[in-house]
Amino acid sequence: MPKPFTPKVITANALLEGDVIYLADNGWTRQLAQAEVFTDEAHADLRMIEAAAQTGEVVGVYLADVTLEGSTPVPTHFREDFRARGPSNYAHGKQEQF
Amino acid sequence: MYHYTDFDDAFLKERNAQFRAQVERRIDGSLTEDEFKPLRLMNGLYLQLHAYMLRVAIPYGTLNSRQMDTLAMIADKWDKGYGHFTTRQNIQYNWPELRDVPDMLDALAAVNMHAIQTSGNTIRNVTADHFAGAAADEVADPRPVAELIRQWSTDHPEFQFLPRKFKVAVTGAKADRAVIKAHDIGLRIVKRDAEIGYEVVIGGGLGRTPMIGKVLYDFVSSEDLLPTLEAIVSVYNLLGRRDNKYKARIKITVHENGIEDIRARVDARYALIRDQFTGVDQQMLARIEADFAQPSFRKADVTPFHNTYQHDPLFRSWADTNLAAHRNPDYAIVSISLKAHGKTPGDATSRQMRLMAQIAKRYGHDELRISHEQNVILPHVHKGDLPSVYYALKAEGLGTANIGLISDIIACPGMDYCALATARSIPIAQEIATRFDELKLEHEVGPLKIKISGCINACGHHHVGHIGILGLDRAGVENYQITLGGDGTEDAAIGERAGPGFSAEEIIPAVERIVLAYLDLRNDPAEEFLQTFRRLGLAPFKAALYPEAPAQKVRENAA
Ligand code: HEM
Ligand code: SF4
Repeated sequence: MPKPFTPKVITANALLEGDVIYLADNGWTRQLAQAEVFTDEAHADLRMIEAAAQTGEVVGVYLADVTLEGSTPVPTHFREDFRARGPSNYAHGKQEQF
Repeated sequence: MYHYTDFDDAFLKERNAQFRAQVERRIDGSLTEDEFKPLRLMNGLYLQLHAYMLRVAIPYGTLNSRQMDTLAMIADKWDKGYGHFTTRQNIQYNWPELRDVPDMLDALAAVNMHAIQTSGNTIRNVTADHFAGAAADEVADPRPVAELIRQWSTDHPEFQFLPRKFKVAVTGAKADRAVIKAHDIGLRIVKRDAEIGYEVVIGGGLGRTPMIGKVLYDFVSSEDLLPTLEAIVSVYNLLGRRDNKYKARIKITVHENGIEDIRARVDARYALIRDQFTGVDQQMLARIEADFAQPSFRKADVTPFHNTYQHDPLFRSWADTNLAAHRNPDYAIVSISLKAHGKTPGDATSRQMRLMAQIAKRYGHDELRISHEQNVILPHVHKGDLPSVYYALKAEGLGTANIGLISDIIACPGMDYCALATARSIPIAQEIATRFDELKLEHEVGPLKIKISGCINACGHHHVGHIGILGLDRAGVENYQITLGGDGTEDAAIGERAGPGFSAEEIIPAVERIVLAYLDLRNDPAEEFLQTFRRLGLAPFKAALYPEAPAQKVRENAA
């Protein structure tokens, strides 16, 4: 039996800055909260193909697991949590925005 | 200090111009990421978790104040105002933007620095004893030969695509401060009768399968050194496993073929290529040696040192832990701690870099070193100047008296920065340091090395830590495994795994239990942690680590 498809977002790094970015309805965002959440596998696959084709803008596109708190995506693994928030040793990088 | 020739300058200029064009072509879309990635890695540029990371080589850890000032300028202009010094005598910038990197490389080239071969399957930055040229116990300064090896290996056409990265370390003293036995090739300068030569150790390495290097030759003369190195790397280039990247390091080649077989192959290769080395390398070495002439040491009064030592307990404590014996009795080697309690091990702000540069210029014959333990060294300071140096350092948060103690922790970047990490390292180091500062036990405990890596690659040297900590991902949760009894010195040893790992919340109390057990178990305060461990073995420490677990259960979990 194939595993049921759990909610995901499409993520990558920005080519110029290296920042962690997420695919949103219209282009890329730096805020996980604004990412498009995929609950349908076929739709996710289609958007992955579109996203991965944008090699002039992004690097290393992949699907990352999330859960939904209300309608807001939240990482399920601590690695994605750090990618979303920035380094935890002291407040710099993305942490400064939180 | 090695002085660049016109050739060196032109080489860097051309190389940077090439890379600038490659970056432009990546940005305008004429290069794909697959095409660009090997090119950027050839220039030390990684893409990490949150940003690009530029790794700059500090050959054999040596730099002068101008170079340190430039590192500070780069941190301010193109990064977030700090840099991270690593166990491989590099500095890493964690936040550069792609289009700025060519400018950063040009700024480095202006002070004879670069990022070549700081990545990729080549011979990496040659590292050396951070007390080189100053240590009282030194047979000879290892830096001239390290520079010779750097020149031989940089852009060496045969060695740009080795099976895996290749690391060479050199020490000129009996006490090994360069961890030579955990390198692909470790060299120790030795004296036979009156002749200077090299003990050659190969096949050490950490990572997934940690191994201590084996002696290939106990004495190689100076003229034979480069042909011998060339023969070793050639044999490895042919024989090294390219089918499996986890088995690609020379340690596996040596392990699978046996040191005798490797020696026979190196001998045969050496016989074939010896004639190509006509002696030019020895002329170059002589020229390089002249560049590393000892500074002219001052004659001056040392009483300010003794007076301050008597009257200021903070200075005394710093002097007791952070100074090492210099070959000139009026001088001392100063280790500046980049491990202030609770800070990120190895990070220095641009202000701190500038201050260290200033102090080196004013009081330190313009010399600085980066240690593999992520600290900065002033190799030549007159004792009379030590109080001034200490008070200046202290004012910028650089006066921590903890060299070699429990909070002088090596920690790799881990999951706060590194794309390969499976757990964090730095916050664990921060918490351990803060905890033992609160307990006020640090000086009581004495010499104790804790080293932390955030994944199996072992960049934080955890296998050779007295207490090693390895961060792993256990079912989506950070988990920390402890090894005990590792040693990175001339008595090198790989630590033994203590048992099941600990969660992030449990790991600090676990380290505390080990340390308290040591205080209980030691014969007297003169017996250091590692000595106690060697006398008693793992068992009593294991009992302290897992007080609840019945013996049977511990054994099962550890299996
Ligand atoms: C953040 C970017 C880094 C990446 C991507 C990286 C990558 C790696 C990899 C893949 C290995 C294993 C290689 C093998 O065994 O074949 C390794 C080992 C090592 N790295 Fe790093 N590393 C990074 C940062 C560092 C830092 C910051 C240090 C020093 C603090 C360091 C020092 C070392 C050392 C000493 C080893 C292992 C010793 C050995 O077996 O040679 N690395 N690194
Ligand atoms: S040990 Fe692992 S986590 Fe740490 S810097 Fe090396 S590759 Fe990254």
